[in-house]
Amino acid sequence: MSNRLSERLLSLRDWVDARFPLMELWEGHLTKYYAPKNFNFWYYFGSLAMLVLVIQVVTGIFLTMNYKPTAETAFASVEYIMRDVNWGWLIRYLHSTGASFFFIVVYLHMFRGLLYGSYRGPRELLWLIGMGLFVVLMAEAFMGYLLPWGQMSFWGAQVIISLFGAIPYIGEDLALWIRGDYVVADATLNRFFAFHVIAAPLVLIGLVVLHLVALHTVGSNNPDGVEIKKKKGPDGVPLDGIPFHPYYTVKDIMGVAAFLIVFSAVVFYAPEMGGFFLEKDNFTPADPLKTPEHIAPVWYFTPFYAILRAVPDKFIGVLAMGAAIAVLFLLPWLDRSPVKSIRQRGVIFKTALAIFVVSFISLAYLGTVAATPVATLFSRIFSVLYFAFFLLMPFYSRWDKTKPVPERVTFK
Amino acid sequence: MRYLIIVIVLLGLPQAGLAGGENVRLDKMKVDLKDKASLRNGAKLFVDYCLNCHAAALMRYSRIGQDLDMTDEEVTDELLIAGGKIGDTMTVVMQPKESARWFGTAPPDLSVLVRVRGADWLYTYLRSFYRDESRPWGVNNAVFKDVAMPHVLWELQGLQEAETEVRVDEDGHETEVITGLKLVEPGVMTPEAYDAAVRDLVNFMVYLSEPSKLQRLALGKWVLGFLFIFLILTYLLKKEFWKDIH
Repeated sequence: MSNRLSERLLSLRDWVDARFPLMELWEGHLTKYYAPKNFNFWYYFGSLAMLVLVIQVVTGIFLTMNYKPTAETAFASVEYIMRDVNWGWLIRYLHSTGASFFFIVVYLHMFRGLLYGSYRGPRELLWLIGMGLFVVLMAEAFMGYLLPWGQMSFWGAQVIISLFGAIPYIGEDLALWIRGDYVVADATLNRFFAFHVIAAPLVLIGLVVLHLVALHTVGSNNPDGVEIKKKKGPDGVPLDGIPFHPYYTVKDIMGVAAFLIVFSAVVFYAPEMGGFFLEKDNFTPADPLKTPEHIAPVWYFTPFYAILRAVPDKFIGVLAMGAAIAVLFLLPWLDRSPVKSIRQRGVIFKTALAIFVVSFISLAYLGTVAATPVATLFSRIFSVLYFAFFLLMPFYSRWDKTKPVPERVTFK
Repeated sequence: MRYLIIVIVLLGLPQAGLAGGENVRLDKMKVDLKDKASLRNGAKLFVDYCLNCHAAALMRYSRIGQDLDMTDEEVTDELLIAGGKIGDTMTVVMQPKESARWFGTAPPDLSVLVRVRGADWLYTYLRSFYRDESRPWGVNNAVFKDVAMPHVLWELQGLQEAETEVRVDEDGHETEVITGLKLVEPGVMTPEAYDAAVRDLVNFMVYLSEPSKLQRLALGKWVLGFLFIFLILTYLLKKEFWKDIH
């Protein structure tokens, strides 16, 4: 009985395979894609980012079934979802918590790249596609944040869009064109909704595919920075490589379970996360006539917001904020070290990375508080350190004393 | 060094819980969404005293009945005092335009107010009205200065007067600060009974701001319990598969 069934399934597979490269894809990306066997904790966040993307897409689809994207109805429709739609509160909290977790996961994923030099050749393009993903994700999150149409949604968007107005000559017209009105209004909400539910997710998913194709072409880096393809066995399989499926599929499922515990703890017990994931002021409906005392973007934008505010001139501030993101694209060419991984790097790089982490977290904090003179002073210091990490990298990465890269990866 | 100390102090400060921006010490209130009697009493007070001017237009009467274990008849008798259907949302007849003319500002919708202000703020606010003849309604509020709202609960609480003190700051500016409130005209309730009534009212408003909170907390245990078991199983599965990797 079971024999007959499996025979039938096999012949169905062969039927498909004759018409579609099913086995080629399955093997190329899973059972015969060889990943280094020494992945550590930091290597969970790639697959987790995909998990969060799926959570966001699925919950997003259900949210759109009841959300009403007009200035008149948006705020009330979110509360309608929270109260009257069956399980609406769960879907909404999964989506709002998912947004913050997307950034937590992506920041850790990017930090992994910094730790182990995953952006270095031959993975430059992989890094660039990843940076493209990061920029699109920021746009996606920014536009999504307008949709609940609370005070922070409204004024956050008002502040950020007005930044375009700082561009000389075309600025004001550009801001007007983006908003579709003289202030953030119904027209802005409508178009942000369209971009948030269709345009940006489409680009995100496309870039994720490119990111994976590029990854599977060059192969994964690993904590030792060893190119496993350089040492292959007689069968052509890297000696330090193991098939992604089943080894990393089972490992990543374990990562998913651990991640979901943390994620669910927030969804069920602290969906507002002390005002960081859902800001208090966003429970007041948008009021164009009443500016909140303190406008701060959501936590994941605050490092860049702090850099913006650190610069006295608005236009230069906007440029600095843009540069803070743009400089990340250049990372593969700024790093001149003979080694990739932090395991072989010397004390200079380790110190620089530590300063960078402190600067980034401090800027994130400073972006949430009011711009007092002390806060501004510190924002300036940390902004300078942030840029110094990147712009001085061509020098200090070369001066650094490095250890030789091992022949094989270390495992246990 | 001075800056460093300031930064350390700033980092150590808990998130300021005040949305109103007033620097008043708030009285802590114990929220208990499982206390159905308190929620029901709060609902009654809410309908009697708040719902004449403020709406809670995002909430349905029927939902309150469901969550507070009330029958449709009980909801109709106790809460739907102005008439209407059980499936209606908690709206008011007063038009925002008119009320804005009468009060100077339209009374805000209270559906999610607690999520903006916090329970402690509201609990303190409703107990901090004091006599001030310079204000249109003869009262002011120690938590929300020059608030447009009259002391709707005055018949329950009575009237308080502010005890003030003149303080001089570093630059020599004199400011009058409220140091305490004293009951000068007793209401129908004792101060203890009034505090308990306000607690019930705010407790209900906490519920009102997120009716699904009880479901959320109840479901959370099961989800986390399942995930812990799932984690153990996936850990064992991973270990089994990885046995032969050296």
